[in-house]
Amino acid sequence: MQEVLVLGDEALALGAVDAGLSVAYGYPGTPSTEIMEYLIHYSGSADSGLIARWCTNEKTACEGAIGVSFGGKKALVTMKHVGLNVASDAFMNSALMKIHGGLVIAVADDPGMHSSQNEQDSRFFADFAKVPCFEPKSHQEAYDMAIEAFRISELFHVPVIIKLVTRLSHSRAVINRGGSAGRKTLGKAPDRKGWMAIPALSRGNWENHLILQKDFLEYSEKSRFNPLTINPENKDIAVITTGLAGNYYMENLSDLSPVPSHLHIGVYPIPEEKVRKLCESAEKTIVIEEGYPFVERFMRGILPGSWNIDGKMNSVVTPAGELDPDNVRKALALPPRAARKAADISLPGRPPQLCAGCPHGDSFNALNEALEKLGGGTVTSDIGCYALGAYPPYNAVETILCMGASVGMARGASESGLKNVVATIGDSTFLHSGITGLIDAVSTDTPMTLIILDNSTTAMTGGQDTILSSSRIKQIVLGCGVDPDHLKEFIPLPKNHEKNVKILMDEISHPGLSVVIPLRECIQTLRQKKSRSAEKV
Amino acid sequence: MAEKIDIILSGVGGQGVLSVGAIVSMAAMKEGFKVRQSEVHGMAQRGGAVLAHLRISSGVIESDLIPRGGADVVLSMEPLESLRYLEYLKPDGALITAKEAVENISDYPDINKIHQAVEAQPFSLLIDAKNLAKEAGAVRAVNMVLVGALSLKLPVKPESIENAVRDKFTSKGEEVVSCNLKAFSLGRRAGGGND
Repeated sequence: MQEVLVLGDEALALGAVDAGLSVAYGYPGTPSTEIMEYLIHYSGSADSGLIARWCTNEKTACEGAIGVSFGGKKALVTMKHVGLNVASDAFMNSALMKIHGGLVIAVADDPGMHSSQNEQDSRFFADFAKVPCFEPKSHQEAYDMAIEAFRISELFHVPVIIKLVTRLSHSRAVINRGGSAGRKTLGKAPDRKGWMAIPALSRGNWENHLILQKDFLEYSEKSRFNPLTINPENKDIAVITTGLAGNYYMENLSDLSPVPSHLHIGVYPIPEEKVRKLCESAEKTIVIEEGYPFVERFMRGILPGSWNIDGKMNSVVTPAGELDPDNVRKALALPPRAARKAADISLPGRPPQLCAGCPHGDSFNALNEALEKLGGGTVTSDIGCYALGAYPPYNAVETILCMGASVGMARGASESGLKNVVATIGDSTFLHSGITGLIDAVSTDTPMTLIILDNSTTAMTGGQDTILSSSRIKQIVLGCGVDPDHLKEFIPLPKNHEKNVKILMDEISHPGLSVVIPLRECIQTLRQKKSRSAEKV
Repeated sequence: MAEKIDIILSGVGGQGVLSVGAIVSMAAMKEGFKVRQSEVHGMAQRGGAVLAHLRISSGVIESDLIPRGGADVVLSMEPLESLRYLEYLKPDGALITAKEAVENISDYPDINKIHQAVEAQPFSLLIDAKNLAKEAGAVRAVNMVLVGALSLKLPVKPESIENAVRDKFTSKGEEVVSCNLKAFSLGRRAGGGND
């Protein structure tokens, strides 16, 4: 046993290492990023034998990991919740592969949208693919469940999801680290029938997968991660918690008397028998879930029953945003704790903003002026630091949807008839999923201007290296078939402002597709490099 | 009863809110306390309001988040931010904040009004952290001044915190270590300590 102080993300990473992990792939995304950062750091130690790499996007990462499993070794994929949308084609079909080396997909959800565009709940994806899903509520569970997830992935030959949430990913605590399992040796999957998704084989594999469901259910009924405690003294209220709701419930437990019967669910499928047993113990069941009302929805069904259920679906538990000790307290009908009153002064908000000296700021200033001089236009944007161009003083962008969407949306906006259409996307997001949209625009020479804001890093998630260097991006754009006369570069600095405005005006006025690449390194990564080289001196 | 303290740490992204928590956590852990620190990464770190929850206890810590009305101390790197999280404070909890404003928003209120609002709070303490850090030898040590002021409230021995400060800065040379230790002791005195 060894005690270590770690982030929730790092606890999961360590569990994977101690389970005998061989290869980890992922794409950065808050709050999941630190899983891979930890593994990359770990893989740098001399005898680690671990491969840990960032990939172009979550789909390529997931496909890579499935390939590792085919080779007989244990693989981990890391991503944020919306990354699983990108990886979903590979993920959904991997459920029908006869997983050979253990395959675990670590997905970090972001209830409350601290740094995300939605708060989708990854348990639905696990249910959709009909694979087991673990949901740790503590650092120790993140570590223990990672080990267990690899074990059952190999036991049942299926991919397994571990779902984290922001508050666990980014909280620090001590875990007890156990011994480490050895890594597996290379050994290709013995039967290719389990690895080819063609209809003739998939039909059989799907039937096998459906038969497996009862094994998963039996597993979850018995799991120690689904503890059920019945208190015959309380026949009024029983409580089901999932994820961090379990902690917030415990935080309030000393004020509940008699203590309600309680089921905490940490591994899925939903342990149905335990749910029945719990509900039979009391008049009413309160279901408190971090995320969507996943368990609650199954419990309610669509036919009115005699069961009395409170939860998110009748707003007894707050239906949107993150849970915390206070809204869980309210759901339990406990009065709020005495607290200090707000100060008698109105406080302005302090939203995040682009750093002073950020290259994106200079690009947005040039773009705003160019469009003003052209009589206005339409600007789509994307996922990254430059989304902060939506805020004052820039107010430069009008749409933000998902990774890569700025390009496809600009093409559609232009074909709908809008004029002076501009897409703004970062270098890493362009490589992630902007290239396919660009190829569409090339195919019709759509009148639009794609601005690739190249700061040579994945800045918003802490400065991971872009998968390919900036010098390659120009080659990729040309390789897609963009007219070399309408591919322009500039350096976004205040001293170049007039020149840059002119370049943008010319290209936006061009009646076909153009690409402009403002190129200057992120000031944060530049600063980090400087301080690192200063330390070495 | 478990010996415990719940601390809300606040400031503006980039001020080093998390590093303050890290020093206190290390010291508390060395003394055998359990520690949880809930942090904010990603978008919110870009110059926006930052909030971290630090819980230290001799017993089990259930939740990563401190309940409203549960915090013993709000420790803030910035005076306006110190007022943003009062609902987390116990009625008799302490409010400790650096005096100097970070005015990166256009509608920042009159700083005197902010200072008055802090002083109007019971058990509040405005600390001239920047000047004390200068006195210690480097403006960058400003957060250690705040750690010093906070240390009077902690169930952790000041020597343990000094050791954590040494551990953190030792790779940067003896001068940096002694400057941060001086900042810690000046902060302790500003917080009412007489050692």
